[in-house]
This record gives sequence, structure tokens and C-alpha cells, in this order.
Amino acid sequence: MAGNRRKKHHFSRIHAFSCGKTSFKGDHSLIGGPGFSRVVHCNDPESFEASVLNYSGNYVRTTKYTLATFFPKALFEQFRRVANVYFLICAILSFTPLSPYSAVSNVLPLVVVIGATMGKEVLEDWRRKKQDIEVNNRKVKVHCGEGAFDYTKWRDLKVGDVVKVEKDEFFPADLILLSSSYEEAICYVETTNLDGETNLKLKQALDATSNMHEDSNFQNFKAIIRCEDPNANLYTFVGSLELEEQQYPLTPQQLLLRDSKLRNTDCIYGAVIFTGRDTKVFQNSTGPPSKRSKVERRMDKIIYFLFGILVLMSFIGSIFFGIATREDLQDGKMKRWYLRPDDTTAYYDPKRAAVAAVLHFLTALMLYGYLIPISLYVSIEIVKILQSIFINQDLHMYYEETDKPARARTSNLNEELGQVDTILSDKTGTLTCNSMEFIKCSIAGTSYGRGVTEVERAMARRKGSPLEEEVTEEQEDKASIKGFNFEDERIMNGSWVNEPHADVIQKFLRLLAICHTALPEVDEENGKISYEAESPDEAAFVIAARELGFEFYERTQTSISVHELDPVTGTKVERSYSLLNVLEFSSSRKRMSVIVRSEEGTLLLLSKGADSVMFERLAENGREFEEQTKEHINEYADAGLRTLILAYRELDEKEYKQFNEEFTEAKNSVSADREELAEEIAEKIEKNLILLGATAVEDKLQNGVPECIDKLAQAGIKLWVLTGDKMETAINIGFACSLLRQGMRQVIISSETPESKTLEKSEDKSAAAAALKASVLHQLIRGKELLDSSNESLGPLALIIDGKSLTYALEDDVKDLFLELAIGCASVICCRSSPKQKALVTRLVKTKTSSTTLAIGDGANDVGMLQEADIGVGISGVEGMQAVMSSDIAIAQFRFLERLLLVHGHWCYRRISSMICYFFYKNIAFGFTLFFFEAYASFSGQPVYNDWFLSLYNVFFTSLPVIALGVFDQDVSARFCLKFAFPFVTVPSVIPRRCTEYPV
Amino acid sequence: MMNSNAASSSTANPDAAGSPDPPAPRRSSKRPKYSKFTQQELPACKPILTPKWVILTFLVVGIAFVPIGITSLLASRDVVEIVDRYETDCIPVANRTDKVAFIQSNASKTCTRQITVTKHMKRPVYVYYQLDNFYQNHRRYVKSRNDEQLKKRSKTSETSQCEPEDTTPDGKPIVPCGLIAWSLFNDTYTFSRNKRQLTVNKNGIAWKSDRDHKFGKEVFPSNFQNGTLIGGAHLDESIPLSKQEDLIVWMRTAALPTFRKLYGKIEVDLEENDIIDVILENNYNTYSFSGKKKLVLSTTSWLGGKNDFLGIAYLTVGGLCFFLALSFTIVYLATWRSFLPVMEQKSRRALSKFLEPE
Repeated sequence: MAGNRRKKHHFSRIHAFSCGKTSFKGDHSLIGGPGFSRVVHCNDPESFEASVLNYSGNYVRTTKYTLATFFPKALFEQFRRVANVYFLICAILSFTPLSPYSAVSNVLPLVVVIGATMGKEVLEDWRRKKQDIEVNNRKVKVHCGEGAFDYTKWRDLKVGDVVKVEKDEFFPADLILLSSSYEEAICYVETTNLDGETNLKLKQALDATSNMHEDSNFQNFKAIIRCEDPNANLYTFVGSLELEEQQYPLTPQQLLLRDSKLRNTDCIYGAVIFTGRDTKVFQNSTGPPSKRSKVERRMDKIIYFLFGILVLMSFIGSIFFGIATREDLQDGKMKRWYLRPDDTTAYYDPKRAAVAAVLHFLTALMLYGYLIPISLYVSIEIVKILQSIFINQDLHMYYEETDKPARARTSNLNEELGQVDTILSDKTGTLTCNSMEFIKCSIAGTSYGRGVTEVERAMARRKGSPLEEEVTEEQEDKASIKGFNFEDERIMNGSWVNEPHADVIQKFLRLLAICHTALPEVDEENGKISYEAESPDEAAFVIAARELGFEFYERTQTSISVHELDPVTGTKVERSYSLLNVLEFSSSRKRMSVIVRSEEGTLLLLSKGADSVMFERLAENGREFEEQTKEHINEYADAGLRTLILAYRELDEKEYKQFNEEFTEAKNSVSADREELAEEIAEKIEKNLILLGATAVEDKLQNGVPECIDKLAQAGIKLWVLTGDKMETAINIGFACSLLRQGMRQVIISSETPESKTLEKSEDKSAAAAALKASVLHQLIRGKELLDSSNESLGPLALIIDGKSLTYALEDDVKDLFLELAIGCASVICCRSSPKQKALVTRLVKTKTSSTTLAIGDGANDVGMLQEADIGVGISGVEGMQAVMSSDIAIAQFRFLERLLLVHGHWCYRRISSMICYFFYKNIAFGFTLFFFEAYASFSGQPVYNDWFLSLYNVFFTSLPVIALGVFDQDVSARFCLKFAFPFVTVPSVIPRRCTEYPV
Repeated sequence: MMNSNAASSSTANPDAAGSPDPPAPRRSSKRPKYSKFTQQELPACKPILTPKWVILTFLVVGIAFVPIGITSLLASRDVVEIVDRYETDCIPVANRTDKVAFIQSNASKTCTRQITVTKHMKRPVYVYYQLDNFYQNHRRYVKSRNDEQLKKRSKTSETSQCEPEDTTPDGKPIVPCGLIAWSLFNDTYTFSRNKRQLTVNKNGIAWKSDRDHKFGKEVFPSNFQNGTLIGGAHLDESIPLSKQEDLIVWMRTAALPTFRKLYGKIEVDLEENDIIDVILENNYNTYSFSGKKKLVLSTTSWLGGKNDFLGIAYLTVGGLCFFLALSFTIVYLATWRSFLPVMEQKSRRALSKFLEPE
């Protein structure tokens, strides 16, 4: 027991911020109140108290319909379309003598059309149903009394059950972590399915329950959990656990969410608190906003217009009919005696000609119904599905490396692809690969690494230097290691020992090998080590250290073991460092540090972080290489690299002891601002550092991105890049992917100027904000002036704006100006923008310019943008599935966008629009013959064609050619679409965009 | 002239040609299968409307249409047609102020007409009556019949849809019921040439399918035209409906308010300047709705009756095509030298606008 406690203690120290003693915060007082009424009887789901609560089971249903609700619900969906309602009314009226057609011939087409659409719904729902069945029948071990665990289907789980989840299994419901196979009751969780983040998250159980490591421990386990009601918030949780009359607070730290996965942990025990639809992931799942294409919206208008014509025609007909009918019997004299106007029904009664005319109006509405294409919607749906099959089948959009073809998730928007006017793109993972490569470093004032970045290549290309040639040749014969693109014989293969500052290099590499939170995974077959890291950057560092001779191979809770190259003997030695503290990375701290004790017993603080925070923390005697390093960092940034500063410091025992005490106290404090407190203390020790050097990793551009952007620009499509990166990086990437070109004038709107910094520090926040806003406004106006005054010769403008300025630029009174400026610019880059800003910018462009926007992104942070845009394209890359799940179309690489838009978009748009035109043409041409005939039949409502011919005309006879047109028609071949992208420029509304074919 | 897209793309697109062969297919690969169909590379041809192409097309259409037009016009002109409008002339002058009263009276309505044959008429000479302003296509009228009853003896009492001519006042079903049958045309014509009777063959004037399948051999008229209001002709109750060809012809309702119906065939040739005496019973009331009545004698050609429309339509379209071909040729010859560089320049400018200003 004592041993356990000590280890636990160690552990919580290692993860300084994410792990700590939980405390009752303000929120916990809400428990039991409204919104926080859930009571869970752990391990006792069958008890009377639990059965009273009657929480729903763990059966989940993602299908739209059930057997019982299918008909009412699906029919309701169908009759939300005006045209269908009209046809339904016609079908009902066709059973009265009003109808010009026989009832069956009138009802049948409607049944066929509705049946086809509903059949499609059934098919789609059936797929979901099969998935549900699979999920519901998964098995998990559940405590079934007497300390025994047995397999139970997921669907049979009940609130209060204690389950045992094993490694790499999904959690069947929302659980409260009770204990794990680790002594410390921690576990690692992968939440890719929830938020797309691939890094492992750490969860830790309460002390009170953490010692139950055996199945048998649960024999007599009883606890009551009181917590919040089911809600959609993934990152908050408030609850309390009552165990042996003691109250313990529960936080998100103990919550394991359904659909996340247990990793690196043998097994855990957990109590089910939310099941089925109550789980956070289901509470979160809202259907994606249904998007309709512009063509379809316009089509609705045309249908309304046709309705107008229909009513007008019927009205005219009724007037003539009324007059003719009245004249049939005047003063007892029959005119058209063969109609027997003296002995007739209301429909033809000359004495009540007005009534007859009104009734005839209804008849005529049905008679001319052939103006409205009944099968239009269903045909369009069929066509779109077939079109998206073609998109999915396109080999040119298949990515071999990840084995991913393009996937049109909704077929609604095929033709919208051909109308795209503005593309809003994420940068990381979309334009770039999001696989970081360690490419350069600066150690002790010397820059190492001869690799050439994409940006440098682009720069060289611009200047016309022959650099490019050499580089590409060189690259081919290099064996590639993922994440490592470093080439310098001065420090590779252990030759660093001969460099002038060998000791600094050693410390530098050691720091790379130790200062991180990655986990090593040893491949049992070949002994190779791969790493599981929170971010690709971090993985790149550890891999670089490994390749340079410092192989990190084992991590325990208290130590890090590294194979090091001994500079004296030249052999590999194993060294282990006992890990004392990890001061983790956070976006506010912009750095991470570890405190370790080496085998010699020296205490080391190893730190890496952004240049903006690291330089100010250097000791006087640690600034030896500051100037050179700064220079190198600027060079690296120009080359489009991400840089980090590495520094270290030796601690003396006394200082550490004091720090540790304060830090532990801060962490265990019960106040709400515990984290700030801990940060403050961490900050105290992260100072007087000695600079070692800097690293540079490249976020590589994806293949073919510059070419693709070029092509899209030729097609007149604007590309906006919205990124979370620094301005410098964003600009460099902009150059690399030919978004920015030499000769473009850059309008930079930034709030990162020194003046604004001082403003921010001032006390009066509102005044500062106002001043900042004024400054942004001023910059915008200046940019606008530049835009207005500019003539062609000066070259196009590029707008670059940072996140803070964007906040002000998106305010209601400024946004029009911002938009005007942005539209006038050839390229727009928004850096440091938050997910919300991305969505806001998208909305702004969409609503204000009423042009079609396409958002493309790969991460969870792009979801808002993807849903806001007219079309959301997800990159099915490394950053999880979140973006793909909320996208309309998923592709594997940015460059496929070219084909998607210029070929498929073009075709689909043309096909759908000509198909709709064809549809209206055939129906109007047909419908009018009926009307013209009426003129010769004294508007009596006699159809000129046979009933069956009429009803089959729309549904069968004429629908196949139109569908064929909609699926197969190509105005020009794919090759010409790509070659002559410019006809994309003109966007006349529904008139199909013309792509003139040039004989070659 | 014709450009085959796919043919060119499959040869000239190295990208497309290169990718189809998958390198060693991996297990459970999601790689789409290659086929020309799924990759939308099926061969296709697309005409480009160059001046030469357009002119040629018009020319071909013109060449094809004008002869067709001339032939059909000649065929139509070959047909000899004599039309005699008689509805006013057959009313005694004294009664012409109130024609309706005359036609409804019991006075003798026999009337003689003389028709001069203008041109030799080859047999068979068809005799039609033509009615005008008679809406046989009125919805009430069209529906007012019962096909079941006409077909089957067992369905004699089936008179739905036939109102008001469905039953006699005492409830007996009228066979054939409905307004169409009730208003059966009842003018009769007798023809003689040089005092010699010309027989009018009234057999086979109705459609064979109607006789065989729509009107029953065992269905005999009953209670027909017994009401207070007499519509048109009476029917011989001893003859089954399938033999009542006048009725069958009449019951095949006309689509337009002006229509001709076959009355019979004269199976001899009529010579030019023959005088045909027609004795007709002018019984049918078209006066209430001021409809015309005409007697038509006509021969047929291989194209049917006299109808110039088809020939004229062909000639017009063909002529228009010739005209267009000619004018396009003139325009083309006059301008193509100056026209070509302009086109090139335009496309070049359009291209350069989007190319990099390197």
C-alpha cells in the first residue's frame, strides 16, 4: 500500500497539469439540482432504487426510421415537396368525376415516384441498421456478481454496471474510470472518433477506487454516483462518487467516453453512467446541416413559375368553358343539343355556368398537370447518385499511399462543385502533409542540415537559379525515414564528436531524446522503435535524436532510458534518467520542460519552446550563441520551417526541493485556479536557461499543391488560406504553394505590432480594444485605397491578416470593408485564426458575396468551416475522421481538388442544368399540346392523349433519355476541362457554363 | 470535322494511360477498378459547328426535303375531291329564317343536289359527310358511352357513364346507350348518274378492329331513340351492332370540331363532266349550333386523301435549308479570310489573360 502511494505520488508529479488531485469546485455544488439530477447505483443496476430511475438501455439506433415510424415519417418527408403535394391532391381528386383521367393512371406515377424515393431511403437506412446491429452486438465483460466478469452484448448494458474493458477495445458507454491495470489507476485513451485528435489522452481514477485491480474486488463494491444530466459537452463533467459514506468529486479526468479507445493499458474497470442515446457522443451527433445546391433552389423557383402558368392556363380555359356552357341553353333552346344541356350534372350545367366553370378549373389543374415534371426530383436524385458513383470511382482521385478513393458523402452538391467561386482552405494537413520532418538545426551557433525545403525550392524557381535540378536528383537516392529529412555529414553517424562544440551537441541531442512526452513502441519482430507522440513535431524530434545516435527506447512512470553514443569510447551506452517532473506544453506557455536526474545525480531542467518565450528566459551566461541562433531562426522561418529553441539548466538540490514543494502544494490545492498557480511556479524555475540551439522542422507541402492552385487560379477560383500558423510561416507557405508570387503587393494587416502590444498591456481593456480596432480599420482603409488606386501594371494584391485583427475585421461595422478589400485581392491569407473565425469568414464570404464557397480542411478545427460553406471537402488524411465525417465530399489529397472541381464539377453542373432544362422542355412542350387541343374541344377538359400514355410519358417514356443525359453527357473530355480551365470564369446563373472545345 | 474525344484522350493522355494498370493489387484495396466506363472515357464523337459543316448539313437536308415535298404535293394534287355544302340550300327558301324549327318539324326534308365531276375519278370514290362546329371531342360527349355494353350481350343493362341517355323512363336500358349513339348522324344520300342509280357500298366503312372487337355480334339495339327527344338516326333492331357500320363510324369520335366521316364507297369510275344527281334526306340538326354540312366525294392516292400540308411543309423546310446554305456560303466566302485571324487572336488573348505574366 505504501509503495503504491509513493508511485502514485511520482506519477502525479510527472504530469504536472493534466493529472492532479481532484477537488470540489464551484460546479459541484450544483449536483442534485436541476440539470444535475442523475443518480447511478454502481454495481447494483438491478436494485429497486435503480429500477425506479429507469434510465434507457445501451441500445443505440442511428437509423432514421423504425419499422413503425417508417411509413408516416417517410411519407411526411416526401410530401414536404410542394410538387408532391400537388400530385397527391390530383391523385385524390382523380377518384371524383372531376378528373379528366382515370384514377389508376393518375395514382400510379405518384406511387412509382414516391416508392422509388422511399426505396432509396430504405436502402440507406438498412446500411445504418446493419452498422447498428454490429455495434449493439459487440461484447464487453460485465460484472455479473460474485466478482465474476462475463461477456455481455453492448445493447444489454445498464446504467450502474461495472465493466472491464481491455486493451484496444472501445468503451461501450460513458464510463467512470474506477481502476486500471496500472498501479496508479491511469489509462490512455484515444479519442480519434470523437474529436479527431490522434494523441493519447491520460485519464486517472479516484484514489478511493484505484486499488481494485482484481475482478474479485468488485464482489462487494457499492457506490452511488451523482452527476449531471446527459449533455453534449465533451470536455466538462461534474459529478460525485459516494463510497462508504464519503463524497469524492468526479471530473472529466475520470470520464471515459463511448467510442473512444483504450490504448497502452491492459484493462480498466469502469462504471457505466450514461448509456445509449444519453452518451456524450450521441448527444453530440447532430445530423450535418442539409445543404441544397443553388441549381436545386432555382429549380424550385421554376416549378413555382410553372405552377403559375398552370393556374393561368386553367383560368383561361375555365372562362372559355364557362361561356360555352352558358350558351348551350338559352331561352330553353339548346344550342349543342347533342350534349343534352337540358339534362345534365353540375359539371356542365348551363344554368349554373359559374359553378361549372369553377369545377372545370379544378379539372383543368389536373389536366395540365403534365407541365409539372412529376419525376423530376426522383430523376435528379438518381442522376446525382450515379454521378457520385463516378466521382467515387475516379482513379485519378485515388490515393495509393493511404488506399483512399474520393468519396462523395452527399450527392446533393455535385453540380455545386462546378460553380465554386471561392475556396477556403486550411493549411496544415490540407496544403501540407502534416508530417513533420526534421530538416535543420542550429547548435551552438552553427547551422546544420543541408536539406532544401519546398519553400526554398519555390524561391529558387522564382529566381531562376539552377538549384532545383541538383536537389531533385540528390533526393532520389536517399532512403527516406518518415519524419527525418536531415542530411549533414558533420554530425551524422556519430561524427559530431569532432565538431568544435561537441559537448553542446551532445546536450542538444540528449535534450531531444528526453524532453518530450512521446511513448516508444518496440516492434517485437525487428526490434525497431517507433514512437507515439502527441504531435507530429514531437515525433520528428525523437526520431531525429534516434537517427543521430540518441535512441530513446523506454519510458516508465519514473524514468526515461536512452541509448547514447559515448563521445569518449565511441560506443553505445544505455543511460537512464529518472524523471522528476514534466511541465507540459500549453498554448499559453508555448514551451515544455522536463526535470530529470541523470545517473551521475545532477539535476537537469531541459526546456524547449517558441523563440518568443525562450529568449527572454536565458541566463546572462547562456546567451553565448544568441545572435547566431536568432539569425538562423529567421533563415529557417524564411524557408517555411517551424522552429523551436532548446535550452537547459542545471538545478541545485535546494532550489529543486523548494520548487517541488511549492509545485506539489499548488497542484494539490483545492482552489479553482490551481492550474494558474502551478503555471506560475513552473515559470519561476524555467529561467536562467542556457541556450543550446534551435530545431527546424518542415511541414511538407503535399504533392502537386502549387500546380493545383495555379490551375484553380486560372479557372478564376479564388483561394483563401485560413490557418492557425504564424504570419511568417503562412506567408512562406503561401509562396511555396504559388498562392503568393513575386510581384504581388502584400497588404498586411496585423495587430502584432509593438504599439498594439503596449496597448494590450495597458489597464483599460476596452480602450485598448477600441484603439486596436481603430488601427485595424485604418489598415483596412489604407489597403482599400491601394486596391482602388491600383492599376494592372503594379501587379495583383495579396491580403494577409492575423487572427487578432480578424476579430475586429469581422465585427459588423467593419466586415463589409474587409470583405471588399479581400475580394479585390488575388490571394487572401488569414493566419492565427481560430476554428470559429474560420467559420465566420466562410459565412461572411458566403452570405455577402452570394457566391459559392468551398471549404477544405482535414482537422477537427475545420469542422465549423466545412459545415458553414456551401460545400465542405474533407481531406481524409492523418488528423482523424472528424473533418471527413462533417464533410460533403472527402478526398485524400489537396491536388485532387483540381479534378474534382474542373472535371467533375464542370460535368455535373452542366449535366444537371441541361437535364433540368431538358425536363422542363419536354414537359412544357407536352403540356402545351394539351392546352392547345383544349381550344379545339371547347375547353371541356378532354385530354388529347390516352390516359396511360400520359402517365407513362413522364415516368417511363421520357425519363431514361434524360437520366442518360444527366449521367453521361460530356461537353468536353476531361483532358480539355483541365487544359482549358478558364471557361470556368463566367458564371451565368442557370445557363450551363460553356467550355468551348478547341480543335487541337 | 468530327472530333473523337475519347479516341484522342486515350492516346494523348499519358496520365490516363499510365494509371490504369495497378501495381500488384494489394489485399482489400479500395482502389477503384479501371474500365473505360467508370473512368468516363468511353469513345464519343461531337460535331463542331464549323461553317463548312453547317453549310453541308443544310444542303443535305434541303436536297432530301425538296423532292419529298414535291412528291407528296403531287400525290395530294392527284386526288380529286368534290365538296358540296348543302345545309342552307336544302332548306326551302321560305323556312330559312328559322331553320331549327324546320328541321325539327315533320315536313319533308328531301332535297336534290347536282354535282359535276371536275376530273376523272378512279374507283373507289369515297363518300364522306363533313360536319362543322360539332364538338364530338367534348368531354361529356366523349365519355357518354359504355364499351362493355356495346361489346357483350350479357352487359346490356350496363349503362353507367351514359346519362342522360342511359335508360328509358321506365328503367329499361337503352342499347346502345349514351349521347354519341343517340346523336347518330341521319342524313342519307342516294346517287345517280344519267338517271342510273350509283350503288353506294356501305360495307367495310368502319375499322375492322371496331367491328370485330368493340361492337358485339350478339348485341342488338333496343329501346333506342324511344324517348321524347329524338337525337338522330334510328337503328334496325334486327341487325347486330357489329353490322351497324354507320353507328360504328360515328362512335369513333372525331378529335376536332370539323370532321369528315365515311358514308360509303362508290365502286365505279366517275368520268369528267359527269353530272351526279344526289337525293338527300336532310334530317340532321346542325342548325341549332350553326354547323355546316358538306357532302364530299373523293378519291385517294398512296398518301391518303387530299392534303397539301405535308408537301408544303416539306417544301418550305427544304427551301429554307437551301436558302440558309446559300447565304452561309456567301457570308463564309466573303469573310473567311478576315474572319480566321480574328478568331485566332481572340482565343489567344483569352488564353494569355490566364497565363502567368512571367
